[in-house]
Amino acid sequence: MFKNFFHLIGSRSLAFIEESGKIMMLLSDTVILIFRRPFNLKGIFKQMEEVGVKSIPVVLITGAFTGAVLALQSYTGFKRFNAEAFVGTVVALSVTRELGPVLAGLMVSGRVGSSMAAELGTMQVTEQIDALYTLAVNPVKYLIVPRLLAAFIMMPVLVIFADLIGITGGYIVSVNILGSNPYVYMERTWSYLEFNDIYSGLLKACVFGIIIATVSCYQGFYTQGGAEGVGKATTKAVVLSCLLILIFNYIITALLF
Amino acid sequence: MIPDIEENLIEVHDVHKSFGNKHVLRGINLNVKHGESMVVIGGSGSGKSVLIKCVIAILKPEQGEIYVAGQEIGSLEEKDLYETRKKFGMLFQAGALFDSMKVWENVGFGLLQHSKISKEEVKEIAIEKLNLLGLYHIEDLMPSELSGGMKKRVGLARAIAMEPEILLYDEPTTGLDPIRADSINELIVEMRKKIKVTSITITHDMVSAYKIGDRIAMLYQGKITEVGTPDEIKSSSNAIVQQFIQGKAEGPITQAEAQI
Repeated sequence: MFKNFFHLIGSRSLAFIEESGKIMMLLSDTVILIFRRPFNLKGIFKQMEEVGVKSIPVVLITGAFTGAVLALQSYTGFKRFNAEAFVGTVVALSVTRELGPVLAGLMVSGRVGSSMAAELGTMQVTEQIDALYTLAVNPVKYLIVPRLLAAFIMMPVLVIFADLIGITGGYIVSVNILGSNPYVYMERTWSYLEFNDIYSGLLKACVFGIIIATVSCYQGFYTQGGAEGVGKATTKAVVLSCLLILIFNYIITALLF
Repeated sequence: MIPDIEENLIEVHDVHKSFGNKHVLRGINLNVKHGESMVVIGGSGSGKSVLIKCVIAILKPEQGEIYVAGQEIGSLEEKDLYETRKKFGMLFQAGALFDSMKVWENVGFGLLQHSKISKEEVKEIAIEKLNLLGLYHIEDLMPSELSGGMKKRVGLARAIAMEPEILLYDEPTTGLDPIRADSINELIVEMRKKIKVTSITITHDMVSAYKIGDRIAMLYQGKITEVGTPDEIKSSSNAIVQQFIQGKAEGPITQAEAQI
């Protein structure tokens, strides 16, 4: 029994290390291929639309309600020690530093990560990826480079949207529902917000973009076993990128502040 | 071993390939001459697909060498490997068409990627190749709108669009009705006459094998058991070959499987 237990731990650890290594190798291959000609601008723009433009509604709704609920919650708390005036500050800081990037990242990994894994996974099991090799086209360059670049470029853009709409959501709740003074609210929002807050949020967004694209493309690219395999790859892509987003969010925060 | 470039276009020396603890290829030796049509037969799961994927270097064998036009493809730099792959065209079992692209973009994919020809010209070439295979007015359809047999023919059009020296056919007739299967066979034979292409076909369809093969090689238990012309194979004294080509349920192959 003990032997089985240790065997389990050992094999799981090995599998974990092997997979991490493979993901890192895929990432480094992809990064090298970004700079190699020919540049597939059309593919990149297409993916930017897929990752960025089409995610805007989801990110806007997420941002708006996050800002709104944050205003409601912090108002309840702050009222107890007469600090209602600082609701705007709290909403702005939390959204730009933390909730904007993290929630946008989680939503995008659900929306985009799953579709990347499913698309590449289907291409793998139907031999379309092998077909690319036979046509002398590097599938990493053709399929993964545009996705990685698109996620890296568009995630910060989405986070800017999330930040703006989150602050707006907080403003609407505070001013229209809770009756705060609009002038004071805006003043408290801007006067305490530093460039550093926004910049750190955008840095997180870039990292999350890389995580989503790399993990999801990896899962799709190495899919095995037909339709079931595609399903598994999709699930793994979303779960793993969400977990990594949360973990790296902590690491980046700890390093930066 | 030194490859015989004069005689053979493809030489496979002692190739081993396993997946996990499954040892699929156990020392394959096979030579394909210039302009020859080689057919590899063998049961389902015997590693036929693995063999041709090794030849085009999609899979890397653990041991052994594969020479294509005198070059050992396992030792090539990535850039040269992609160059060598341009010599090949491959028809996949289910076509493996890119489902996000129109039919003509599929056929012209290689040209769009590797040549400076304009889109309009590529489309013209694609239509010409499609017509050659008896497909008309489908260039603007999506692959999902095609039947299985049409997908296969479009796949073949894509494989020949770059005018390769070597064509690899992965079960070209599987899943087609006998008439369509025969028309594919005719196409393969015609292709060899028209563009003097060297080919490796893997199949378990014996009708097809006899029709298109200059020589037939039988893959069994990870090794090439026998190689010969269709007539030699038909009159082979090897019981394994006889069981397979006659399609009998009883025989040495089934007995060996039962023992595992």
